[in-house]
Amino acid sequence: MADPSAESAETGNSEAIAAAFADGPAYIPYLAVGDPDYESSKAYVEALDRGGADVIELGLPFSEPIAEGSTIQGALVRALDAGMTPDRFFAFAEELDVEAPLVCMTYYNLIYQYGEGDGPRPFVERAAAAGIEGLVVPDLPAEEADPLREACDEFGLDLVFIVAPTTVGDRLDRIMSQVSGYVYVQARLGTTGARSDVSDQTTQSLDRLREYDVPKAVGFGISTGEHAERIVAGGADGIIVGSALVDIVAEGVENDLSTAEVADRLEALSRELKEGAERGFAARAGAAESR
Amino acid sequence: MSETDTRTTDETERARRPGRERGRDDGKFGRYGGQYVPEALMPAIGELTDAYERYVLDNEDGFMDEFRERLADFGGRPTPLQRADRLSERYDTDVFLKREDLVHGGAHKLNNALGQVLLAKYMGKERIIAETGAGQHGTATAMAAAHLDMPCEIYMGERDINRQRPNVFRMKLNGAEVNPVTAGRGTLKEAISETMRDWATTVENTHYVIGSIVGPHPFPVMVRDFQAVISEEAREQAIEKTGDLPTDVVSCAGGGSNTMGAFAHFVDDEAVALHAVEAGGSTLEVDEEAGVAPNSASLYAGDEGVLHGARTKLLQDSDGQIMESHSISSGLDYAGVGPELAYLVDEGRVSPVAVDDDAALEGFHRLSRTEGIIPALETAHAFGFLEEHHEDLGDRVVVNVSGRGDKDLDAAIEETDKRDIDEAPDMSMFTGGI
Repeated sequence: MADPSAESAETGNSEAIAAAFADGPAYIPYLAVGDPDYESSKAYVEALDRGGADVIELGLPFSEPIAEGSTIQGALVRALDAGMTPDRFFAFAEELDVEAPLVCMTYYNLIYQYGEGDGPRPFVERAAAAGIEGLVVPDLPAEEADPLREACDEFGLDLVFIVAPTTVGDRLDRIMSQVSGYVYVQARLGTTGARSDVSDQTTQSLDRLREYDVPKAVGFGISTGEHAERIVAGGADGIIVGSALVDIVAEGVENDLSTAEVADRLEALSRELKEGAERGFAARAGAAESR
Repeated sequence: MSETDTRTTDETERARRPGRERGRDDGKFGRYGGQYVPEALMPAIGELTDAYERYVLDNEDGFMDEFRERLADFGGRPTPLQRADRLSERYDTDVFLKREDLVHGGAHKLNNALGQVLLAKYMGKERIIAETGAGQHGTATAMAAAHLDMPCEIYMGERDINRQRPNVFRMKLNGAEVNPVTAGRGTLKEAISETMRDWATTVENTHYVIGSIVGPHPFPVMVRDFQAVISEEAREQAIEKTGDLPTDVVSCAGGGSNTMGAFAHFVDDEAVALHAVEAGGSTLEVDEEAGVAPNSASLYAGDEGVLHGARTKLLQDSDGQIMESHSISSGLDYAGVGPELAYLVDEGRVSPVAVDDDAALEGFHRLSRTEGIIPALETAHAFGFLEEHHEDLGDRVVVNVSGRGDKDLDAAIEETDKRDIDEAPDMSMFTGGI
């Protein structure tokens, strides 16, 4: 088999995802689909789009989300309790009125079990039909990813991998040879969750990844426009924000807020994050010029 | 019997046996096994794989010698293989009990916990974390951590904490912190997920002592190798006592650590039938709508899938969501099973059987009454199997008594009071706690 790294690193499969990184930083929000119910969730995702999302990560809930912290776990439980399933997830993606390309984030067992027969192909085929442009699978390491990668290539989806602060050397090369679309740079060790500081681990990870020609989107812990600005100024091509947005949905549930009000807050935070990312990008461009 | 005798004394030949080595190189058991974990954990399991190969397989720095010595001095090994006279009479066959209930702490769990905590020490780790279901693995880990002077935190489902209070006290007495897990139904699978989350944050100085032959490679092979001392002893003891290999080995199976421990050295003895007895719960029917399987029979009734780092047999719905399992014994209450057992079942080498709550409870009383041994409710399933299937077994049956039942007295009294069981004493005056 030919080495796929050169090809995938440069282009990826999805033109829409490549375009999202083409001019300026990509703002990539995440929400759990079906949280707290199908219709509200649709309004929330559409609010992210209005707020400037360049790519939207849609969480398909799994019962054992081992990579998630308590915030997103809570969202996935609410969505499961409200009846979310893979088929409803695909219907949801089809009904969405958004411009940003969609990426599905879920766990491998749901991909593996979907449809007839063994293997990930039926899931990917259905995802492609629903307009999904890429997949992120936090419990699928590059070593086990060949069948999914082949299906993604067949149906034109990107397969996004997560790179942790502990990922170095041969492992990093192996992941970067499998990745397409963008690489998800995990800003720190641990599980997902909003935090208020920016980790040194992020800078080090971005330095390690500099030689690879694939967009680098940093996630885990980003919650404000100022965060977004600093991370993009530090060299990220995009920012992924999950828990800070899910927190808004959770507060809506706790305080019994209207769908419209929660959607407005999601849109407002999205604007803040997107503008922060753009300021960071401008600062980086300015620094490069003055150098 | 001379051929058999030579084999048992020949360490080198035994180490070369393919069944004992299965999975050691790449963590694959046919289509099962693997390393399905978040990227942040990959370096940690890579480091652990390296340590497993050096210290456990190659005995670097005398690790295995120290492990064996501590298992003997601290753990009380070897455990006896005892002929159960009254059960032998009842079933008209020789029944032998492998007395893992006599290991320090009252269960086989210490074999693995001591091995892993010692390994963590050799690796230079400074902190131990573990999940626990029934509390047996948590208490074993807490004991081993105290013995080896390592700080220790245990994750335990809230529901299990309520079911197993004495074990919570034991862990605390040994200096461990017990962290309640409230997600989901608050049982073992949620505790495993939560411990993996802790590990993802703390991999650099922390070792996760997993309690069964589950999880990503190298855990399934490593835990099997630590538990294999059970069948290593039992095989020699059986030959010594009867001049022959047993015809059958019977062991209860949840995640499967005592099961693989009891089977490992017999896997290549094709004449020895291996019976994995799972918790049939109240019924083998599943409630898809509610996401509940009122049993824990993943070998018998489960389908292939990926959970907690490995491809194995699982209780799951048609979408792939993991079911809430149920058993009268919290130690068997798990929706998955070790990938090696899944493989051996597919190969036809291990026979999976489900024994329901009622039969297990009857087994609990029968062993207590007739042999003077109060078994764990997990172990009691093996005796339920013996009662139901003894006519299908051969002349020399070894049953692994994986643990003692002291921890289960409250549950046993409560469950007994709900049923009409032969040989059970009237405990109604004690319901609500002793």
